[in-house]
Amino acid sequence: MSNKYADRSHVVKIIFIVVGALFVGRLAMLQLFNPEYKEKAEMQSLRNVTQYPARGFIYDRHGELLVHNEAVYDLMVIPRMVKNLDTAYFCQSLGITLDDFDERMQKARKYSPYSASIFMKQISKEEYAKFENKMFRFKGFYISQRTLRIYDRPIAAQVLGYVGEVDQADLDRDPYYKRGDYIGKSGLEKSYEEVLRGTKGKKIMHVDAHNREIGPYRHGEFDTLPIEGCNLHTTLDADLQTYAEDLMANKRGCVVAIEPSTGEILAMVSAPTYDPNLLVGRIRGKNYLMLNSDIAKPMLNRALIGQYPPGSIFKVAQSMVALDLGVISPSSGFACEKSLVGCHNHPSARSVQEAIKMSCNPYFYQVYRRVVQQGKYRNIYKDAQYGLTVWHNYMLRFGFGQKLDIDLPKSGLSTGNIPDTAFYNKWYGKERWAFSTIYSNSIGQGEVTVVPIQMANLAAIVANRGYFITPHMVRSYGPDSIQDEKYRQRHETGIDPHYFDIAAAGMYDVVHVAGGTARRARVDGLDICGKTGTAENFGNDHSVFICFAPKDNPKIAMAVYVENAQGGGGTWAAPIAGLLVEKYLNGEVKRTDVEKMYREINPCQKLPLTRRVKKAKKR
Amino acid sequence: MYQEKLKIDWITIALYAAIMLFGWMNIYSACYDESHAAIFDFHEYHGKQLIWMGLSVLTAAVILLTEPRVFSNMAYPIYGIVLGLLVLTLFLAVTVNGGKSWIDIAGFRFQPSEFAKFATALALAKYLSAIDIDLKDMRTKMVSIALIAVPAVLVLLQHDTGSALVFASFIFPLYREGVSGVVLVVGVAAIALFVLALLVNKFILLAILALLAVAYLFVWLNKRTRKDYLRAIGIFVCCAAFVFSVDFVFSNVLESHQRERIDVLLGKTEDLQGSGYNVNQSKIAIGSGGLIGKGFLGGTVTKANFVPEKHTDFIFCTVGEEWGFLGSTVLVVLYVLLLIRIVGMAERQRSPFSRIFGYCVASILFMHLFVNVGMVIGLVPVIGIPLPFFSYGGSSLLAFTILLFIFIRQDASKNQLL
Repeated sequence: MSNKYADRSHVVKIIFIVVGALFVGRLAMLQLFNPEYKEKAEMQSLRNVTQYPARGFIYDRHGELLVHNEAVYDLMVIPRMVKNLDTAYFCQSLGITLDDFDERMQKARKYSPYSASIFMKQISKEEYAKFENKMFRFKGFYISQRTLRIYDRPIAAQVLGYVGEVDQADLDRDPYYKRGDYIGKSGLEKSYEEVLRGTKGKKIMHVDAHNREIGPYRHGEFDTLPIEGCNLHTTLDADLQTYAEDLMANKRGCVVAIEPSTGEILAMVSAPTYDPNLLVGRIRGKNYLMLNSDIAKPMLNRALIGQYPPGSIFKVAQSMVALDLGVISPSSGFACEKSLVGCHNHPSARSVQEAIKMSCNPYFYQVYRRVVQQGKYRNIYKDAQYGLTVWHNYMLRFGFGQKLDIDLPKSGLSTGNIPDTAFYNKWYGKERWAFSTIYSNSIGQGEVTVVPIQMANLAAIVANRGYFITPHMVRSYGPDSIQDEKYRQRHETGIDPHYFDIAAAGMYDVVHVAGGTARRARVDGLDICGKTGTAENFGNDHSVFICFAPKDNPKIAMAVYVENAQGGGGTWAAPIAGLLVEKYLNGEVKRTDVEKMYREINPCQKLPLTRRVKKAKKR
Repeated sequence: MYQEKLKIDWITIALYAAIMLFGWMNIYSACYDESHAAIFDFHEYHGKQLIWMGLSVLTAAVILLTEPRVFSNMAYPIYGIVLGLLVLTLFLAVTVNGGKSWIDIAGFRFQPSEFAKFATALALAKYLSAIDIDLKDMRTKMVSIALIAVPAVLVLLQHDTGSALVFASFIFPLYREGVSGVVLVVGVAAIALFVLALLVNKFILLAILALLAVAYLFVWLNKRTRKDYLRAIGIFVCCAAFVFSVDFVFSNVLESHQRERIDVLLGKTEDLQGSGYNVNQSKIAIGSGGLIGKGFLGGTVTKANFVPEKHTDFIFCTVGEEWGFLGSTVLVVLYVLLLIRIVGMAERQRSPFSRIFGYCVASILFMHLFVNVGMVIGLVPVIGIPLPFFSYGGSSLLAFTILLFIFIRQDASKNQLL
């Protein structure tokens, strides 16, 4: 047989080479020209695990912890990875029904069959402990740890705000957020979101075919650690806040207390309020609906969003403007002429100080007339335009008619209204209005509206004798105690401090001298200076009071609003303010009987129904 | 001793060693577990394989020190013993992965079918190298086919389709020794027709075949004799019969998992969680390797157990994933070089026994390579068969080593052997 067929070895060799070439070609096809395999491999064997940073804590001005965190667990699902699930056992372990299971799965699948979405939110530590050792039986499911807010003292709900799941708008605005993330929805949680939230970390884990984590990908080369959120040190005084909320129970209204020298907000109450723990965890949705549908609007921060006619407290600002303009002097006297505008019975005021003390309406009618009608033009319409513009500019310097640059969400903040010429031109037509059209502004009615925080700020301006520092909630944040520069700048009214001494003296008399309208605010030993107001509105009048104390070197300035209280500023708001000042300056309240009375009474219900003579727009 | 110095072919041994060591690295990586990273951990696959490798090297050394004529002299006894073992296996087998090809002897588990290949190679070489043998004789052909078919059928009875298929590779030595090349063509044509019959409507296929026959007669041939017509018609009828038998074979002879695997390969079904899972995962593993791979121990798909049998039949996935296109190509090239080297060596033998045996060795290795790698990259239906010198497994490594080194031993004394 020999080597007759030796040439056939070449055929065999060629077959071997051809098959080898075929393999190499196929390998090239798979490995070089088909990127989909890379994605598939990634998808099925790597899992991106987001590591959520702990949200920053919130402290009060004395370092007391107001808000901190508690660990909870989210059960995540990747629908495509769910295989051979014993659904009945799974549902039993979680304590859900089969229908519930189907619904949740459907939702997750709709979001994405390949990416993780939350199957069940916020499983408590105890529930998780029971569930944990069964996890290996549930392919496609895994646990992600999260934290929830927890409030040891149920105070300052509207100020602190709440944390909720991101919505579509958040997702569109900032790529940092992924569906299911949490974000501050209101209050400080919202305005300091980027400080509090920290930075998410990412862990890439290998998972095996049974969906078990088998270790970090590339020894964690691509992992990032979460960076914890910064802590906020607020200016709130937790004790004062608690006390104020206590006094405002059973009432609607608000309290704002400011430290005049720094602009630091000591307390901010909006009543009715709620326990911030209600808006945490799985009970949040239900409670949110409940609170949101409450007609008393407990979730609104009335101190920031409420716009009220200031009433008589506005007279303080009016007198300062007039004095600075020189259209009156400190010793100007005007008769209490009730034909101009209604008033209560009192002797005519012989000075600005007396006018403030007695809150004489006709007096301020005259004052405002002199501001608006300065006689610069013959035409009274043009003259009123000029005067109103001057007045408007002054008012802006008091922080009225604009959003104060406070460190709470601007969306929850109102501007109030200080009408200018454009406003009236639009309303009445150009040169169709004059002082006689707008005189109601003189006593804080008419078209003027203010926000409670602006009124507290007015008290602070008088306390400071002519300037204010923008009220703010946060003193510093983070490990480096970062402070915002804008909350150290003085905003001057440009009015002579001497005139503010007159205002302060008048406000002192309001509380301390016979004939003053707020004698009930008096606390022995504390030189409280205040001004009452009764803001007329569609329902019963609102009771308003602003004050600061002590008279010299004041430590606290405050505005108190009690809505629909049939009694005016002196009856409701002033005594509450008195108690608060006492609490803050003395540390305790000795007048427990007074305290008890104002804590318990609901002004809307308990007061006699006989309406008081309403024509007297005073107090 | 009478013999001169041995002329051992070190190139072949170098290729063998390279493939085996690369294989061991991949076994280590495929089953890598940080808590059992020690190389000499004999409870792990890589540790056990190390023992088998030592044993193989030892066996290789023994073979190289053996008198070469022993193998040709012992060919038939060895063949007889292995046939006996195969029959025994049918009764004593333990079931492993659905196959019944393993037996337990003294606590060691091994596969007689692995050794059946080299026994058959010995017997075939012995038979065809006899002086009075001519493959043109019908009797010779029949005996040759019987020598191959008996062990093949015994292996098939053990449900070890992969090993049985390897016996088809003996077509190469037969071809080299004078069987008409038509056999190869017929083999390829049969496979092609089988696939086409499953994919295309049978009548369309027949029409195309008829067209080809007509084209052959009237376009290819200038002159047509009656014999040409008869031949064309004969081939067409055979093809037609084959095409119609395909359905029967497919649904009655093949087992359900084999049908599914063929359907998956042909893209007729895409059951990624069931029968298509293995190949899909192995394609993902290999495809995700890209040009240069994920690096040693860097595989994610294989390491995470997505690929089944990652250390045995699907070991090539680890190569593809961790060493990328470059590494896989190098491995394929190493194998092709080894095969070509063996064929080249076979051709330089003076003894027909050595030459035929050499062809048998190359053919067996080739068939394993073709089926195993072809399966992993999705060119061949899934058939359990190890990658020579590479997959984890003592029986197969030892059997392939014996196979290769008997030939190397023959080659080393080629001048004394006639």
